[in-house]
Amino acid sequence: MAEILELTALGAHAAMCAGEISAAECAGAWAGAAAADDLNAYLWRNEGGEEAAALEVGRTCLPPIAVKDIFCTEGVPTTAGSRILEGYRPPYTATAVRRLLEAGVPVLGKTNMDEFAMGSSNENSGYGPVLNPWDRGRVPGGSSGGSAAAVAAGLAPWALGTDTGGSIRQPAALCGIVGLKPTYGAISRYGMIAFASSLDQCGPLTRDVSDAALLLAILQGKDPLDSTSVGLGGGLRLPDREDLSGLRFAVPSDLAEAGFDAGVREVFEATLARIEGLGGELAEVALPSAEHGISAYYVIAPAEASSNLARYDGVRYGTRAESAGDLLEMYETTRAEGFGAEVKRRIMLGTYALSSGYYDAYYGQAQKVRTRIAEDFRAAFAEVDFVVTPTSPSVAFGLGEKTDDPLSMYLNDYFTVPMSLAGIPAISLPAGLAEPAGGGPRLPVGFQIAAPAFAEQKLLDAAHALERAIGFDERPEGRDG
Amino acid sequence: MAELEAVIGLEIHVQLATRTKMFCGCELSFGDEPNVHTCPICLAHPGVLPVPNEQAIRYALQIAAALGCEVALRSIFHRKNYFYPDNPKAYQISQYDIPLASNGRLGEIRIHRAHLEEDAAKMIHVGESGRIHGSGASLVDFNRGGTPLVEIVTEPDLRGAAEAAEWARLLRETVRQLGVSDVNMEEGSLRVDANVSVRPVGSSELGTKTELKNMNSFRFLQRGVEAELTRQRELVEAGGRVEQETLHFDPASGSLTSLRSKEEAHDYRYFPEPDLVPLAPSAEMLREARESLPELPAARIERYVSELGLAADVAATLATDPDTAAYFERVAAAADGVEAKVVANWVTGELAAALRQAEDESGAAESKVGPEALAALIALVQGKKISHGSGKTVLAALVAEGGEPAAIVEREGLAQIADSGELEAIVAAAVAANPEAAEQIRAGNGKAIGAIVGAVMKETKGRADGGEVNRLIRAQLGG
Repeated sequence: MAEILELTALGAHAAMCAGEISAAECAGAWAGAAAADDLNAYLWRNEGGEEAAALEVGRTCLPPIAVKDIFCTEGVPTTAGSRILEGYRPPYTATAVRRLLEAGVPVLGKTNMDEFAMGSSNENSGYGPVLNPWDRGRVPGGSSGGSAAAVAAGLAPWALGTDTGGSIRQPAALCGIVGLKPTYGAISRYGMIAFASSLDQCGPLTRDVSDAALLLAILQGKDPLDSTSVGLGGGLRLPDREDLSGLRFAVPSDLAEAGFDAGVREVFEATLARIEGLGGELAEVALPSAEHGISAYYVIAPAEASSNLARYDGVRYGTRAESAGDLLEMYETTRAEGFGAEVKRRIMLGTYALSSGYYDAYYGQAQKVRTRIAEDFRAAFAEVDFVVTPTSPSVAFGLGEKTDDPLSMYLNDYFTVPMSLAGIPAISLPAGLAEPAGGGPRLPVGFQIAAPAFAEQKLLDAAHALERAIGFDERPEGRDG
Repeated sequence: MAELEAVIGLEIHVQLATRTKMFCGCELSFGDEPNVHTCPICLAHPGVLPVPNEQAIRYALQIAAALGCEVALRSIFHRKNYFYPDNPKAYQISQYDIPLASNGRLGEIRIHRAHLEEDAAKMIHVGESGRIHGSGASLVDFNRGGTPLVEIVTEPDLRGAAEAAEWARLLRETVRQLGVSDVNMEEGSLRVDANVSVRPVGSSELGTKTELKNMNSFRFLQRGVEAELTRQRELVEAGGRVEQETLHFDPASGSLTSLRSKEEAHDYRYFPEPDLVPLAPSAEMLREARESLPELPAARIERYVSELGLAADVAATLATDPDTAAYFERVAAAADGVEAKVVANWVTGELAAALRQAEDESGAAESKVGPEALAALIALVQGKKISHGSGKTVLAALVAEGGEPAAIVEREGLAQIADSGELEAIVAAAVAANPEAAEQIRAGNGKAIGAIVGAVMKETKGRADGGEVNRLIRAQLGG
């Protein structure tokens, strides 16, 4: 069984096709691994039976997947990490999950996350934080922390996450795995519980770039149930590029001014050198508006969230506060008790930003900044093929270290938010290990590559070549195999 | 103090008669068991997304074309945020600063805008009043939630309650003839709110307006607006000021109660709906909407006045209802050589009167009087084959039993006396039988002629031409 757990999803697929292992053996091995979760990575595990009847697949030739608990799964608990949805069993299944089932990928379980995907540490989950398998005193990142930790710790071969401002890439970086945020519109959002609709995008968390490409190929496509979905046009092939000759990689010119850890800088610079070693060309580009990304993001995302989360009123599903009062009191108490502090903070921010008299100054202005950032990237991509940055300013930080300081927590997304605002694809690769700023055992560092909208194939090809050159094969201590 | 004039604008919600809802695949229905036409989307489950109904967009484009509106190349859906159990998402998808259609006109009234949105669910307040105040509980029926709506907003061009109701009727007929809505006010598929204010005659500024809701018939609309105008006039004339508020009209008592004041007005926190892309109708859709338009009442009224020379009120009576208009046009086509005005008078005058007399509730088009039969009758009267009086007799018979006028004339012996010698003899006999009247006529009292005419008509059973009888009497008496 240990051999099965060593395989990537693509490797398992090959072994199944060759008749070396059976689908049942593979599923069984992973079910056993998931059952050993001691990181609080899973909120629900698929143990078969009536409960998961709607998630059954036909012919299976791929290993099972861990799904972030933000995707609706028919008959199976779906909470988005919130107490307000405790006990909710959706009457339907998200398009992304449906595509997986149709492709023969069973659902292994539902993973823990920051409540409604709001957070960068997974400490905002209503069901307790997820622990980082590299150091259980540290966070796995967020909001797809459960998915990232599960893949990193060998509790799942691959996982589904969502990224609104970095929620796939940052936890992938902090856990030492691959995380891809596709172009906005590449994958249907239908059935993905909304945080910020104009930014939310589903994507893979995997052990390597090939698995990410395979998962993206299954997930992408226009969905008649999502008016904003367009798919990627032509199909995707598995990446096979081994060099980077003829490709230009640009570092934002003001990157040096951004605050990030010395260890992260070291790994980042070593990776730039590897790019040159593979024949890639390094350049600088100006992204003058990107520094305002966090400010714009923390207006737009909460504004949309304040509206998206208004439906949780205790009337039709989820938890309802038992109060003797009138309708308004029932609404208020349900929401006061059901939502956590960060969700409430963002609902208040967003409600304020949209209110009459403030709209132009906040939401309107933030949208202008967003347009400028998208234009910055367009201009950059006229000159170069990719923009590269560290994924996160630091390695995994300690549990509780930033919970009292929302602004410092928000700055975790400094490098990932501009791509979200521009709607372009970006991938985080594990690029090496570095010592945390305060000292201690070395932890993974992520390297982010961003590409023009719908240039996923090119992005995956380049990431594949770089991944081979880096040869990252570190794994958290205690992981099987 | 200067006289006060009424300034009224209307906001009309039209439920579109599409097969399915605006943003999901649930069927539309009226009167079904509660909560059978629902799905995760219209119940606002987590994670669902709206997909616009193409048929609703086509219907809205037809309304826009019928109202002569400009259609935006890219209009935007917005979210209108508010908490209420009839609104499960806690926002309504509507349109805000860039509506589908704007700057139109229907009749004399300018259309400010027309946009697409979704209807709320239906709230049923349990309790005697049927209203939320004083009710013990409220039930929600989500069957209606998500029904496609077009909201039409006029400019404040209406100047009286009757005019407002009359124009609303024209709008209803217009939308009905497009076939895009049931436009049933009682069932709520057409809902009219009125914005009402007063100002001194001659002023170009608008006074403070109030918004009247819940007028579910044209009669209630007229009464509600009248009541509010009276209230505002009395208030202003007494030196008071109108406060901006939303009023609920109670047709039973005729009273107006305040629903909310300006201070209580919602902040709807409108912002562009991120789940939908801009609504950009193709040139093909726009062309189809224009070409699918039937001739609409306002255009038909205009044509009857300018081309047929009808008076405006007669044209409106004939042209508003398409069945009546079609009937009129078939009669006019069959009554070759007869002036349209004459045909119009027969349809709106004699035929309407005959139907009333017979207590026949059907309109001209559904009556037993076929358009060819009426045309034949008009030709008989115009050709002096029968008298006008006999014409009415034939019409009464047609209303009662249908059939052919010529056969009825034959059966009833109503053919006009064509032999002038025969008529002269009957006139002479009548003069001789009424010496007093004859004497008065000779003395110059023209009014006395009626008695002798009556006698002639009695004798001829109305088969004599009245003009000819008059002429003969005067000739014989030198009156």
